[in-house]
Amino acid sequence: MFSRGLKPLAIASVVLIVGAFALVFFYAPNDADQGFIQKIFYLHVPLAIVALCGFVAGGVWGLRYLRDGDRANDLRSYVAIHLSLILGLAALITGSIWAKAAWGHWWMWEEPTLVSFLIVFLLYACYTPLRFSIEDPERQARTAAVFSIVAGAFVPLNFIAVRMAESLAHPRVLTATGGSMPGEMRLTFLVSLIGMAVLFVTLCKYELASKRAAMQLRALKRRLADEEDDWLPARRSAAPQQI
Amino acid sequence: MRRAVSALVRKDLRVELRTGEAVPSMLLFSVSTFVLFHFAIDRRSVEGDLAAGVLWVTLLFAAVLGITRLFVAEREQGGFDGFLLAPVDRTSLFVAKATVLFCFLVAVELAAVPAFAILLLGPSPWGAVPELILVLLLADAGIAVVGTLVGGLGIQTRARELIVPILALPLMIPLAIAAARATEPLLLEAGAEALPGRWLLVLGLYDLVFGLLAFAVFDFLLEE
Repeated sequence: MFSRGLKPLAIASVVLIVGAFALVFFYAPNDADQGFIQKIFYLHVPLAIVALCGFVAGGVWGLRYLRDGDRANDLRSYVAIHLSLILGLAALITGSIWAKAAWGHWWMWEEPTLVSFLIVFLLYACYTPLRFSIEDPERQARTAAVFSIVAGAFVPLNFIAVRMAESLAHPRVLTATGGSMPGEMRLTFLVSLIGMAVLFVTLCKYELASKRAAMQLRALKRRLADEEDDWLPARRSAAPQQI
Repeated sequence: MRRAVSALVRKDLRVELRTGEAVPSMLLFSVSTFVLFHFAIDRRSVEGDLAAGVLWVTLLFAAVLGITRLFVAEREQGGFDGFLLAPVDRTSLFVAKATVLFCFLVAVELAAVPAFAILLLGPSPWGAVPELILVLLLADAGIAVVGTLVGGLGIQTRARELIVPILALPLMIPLAIAAARATEPLLLEAGAEALPGRWLLVLGLYDLVFGLLAFAVFDFLLEE
């Protein structure tokens, strides 16, 4: 159900990620101001952008779950938010390293983008404990969907408020005019961004397929053991246990 | 819907008047926090940005206490079942609970803000009372809608006391930013300055977005 197209996607993400790193190290010029460390930008910014898109996608799947009650959409919403949290953590760590190298501090409160991202991350970090503390699978899915929609709408509002509160210290790389990146940098950045997005989709599909296989296996085991309820979860979990 | 809302609001206010569960605790918590701030930041008095920060952090934490208790009677004593059996629009529960939370917050602030002015605030607040009330009311509306939504989410879980604060605080950060920035020029040592309009706009936008959003999704939390 979820594993269709997984192999070509996996190959595409390997090619794109390897290609992006090759471009980063051998093609893109060193930044005149920051030098070699600026190349972390090609990892940090795609991680952050893909994580934010993943959070919003989780909200969209949550909305679809509320509309049609299809458990597969709940699982998709869970997987998108779960993987975005991992990418988001990586984006915070790479951002912190970059801040240390470029500005001399591990954390910059003057940086609206980094601060907004931290707030969004803190909010989404509650997603897993929220799910974990609800046992009834139906109610778990419904509550998680409501949360994912509210949090998805919170993302842009939070960015507006934090950006207004701080002066602009963060480089604006994605302005309407395309920023001030030279051509080589822009190409490298675009390949990195597409590579990260494809990697995210591949990982989502992989986790979906794995979760589905685990569910089917459990159902079959229960049937072999002649248990009545062939879907009851083996243990309490934040992840959806049936579709 | 209006009759259902007013019946629910009256029920909650009567329960609060008879038991005194939420508002007194929120008030006591606020005053204790002011005392705590006095020792933690080691100041006799505060003004400007520090005063705004102390006031809003305290009020938000006090609000979290009220939010945690908001749906307890509904869950533990079968109020949800009774409400779902009644032939009324489900959204009326959201409107009623947000109104009740708003009233609680106003009641707490009626005593907590004067206490703050006496205990900690350096400059006299009299110069900017109408502006301060406007900011407080706008922020209370935001806390009320977000708080009702978070309370509704939290009551579904087994760990309400843990989930509500960790959910509510990040959601209220934009509100805290806007409210504190709007309050800051009102509490300056040199006398109150004009109210910054753009922060009122952010507060209004926050109230509007979360009001509509909560209105739209709250129904789904009630299905059984």
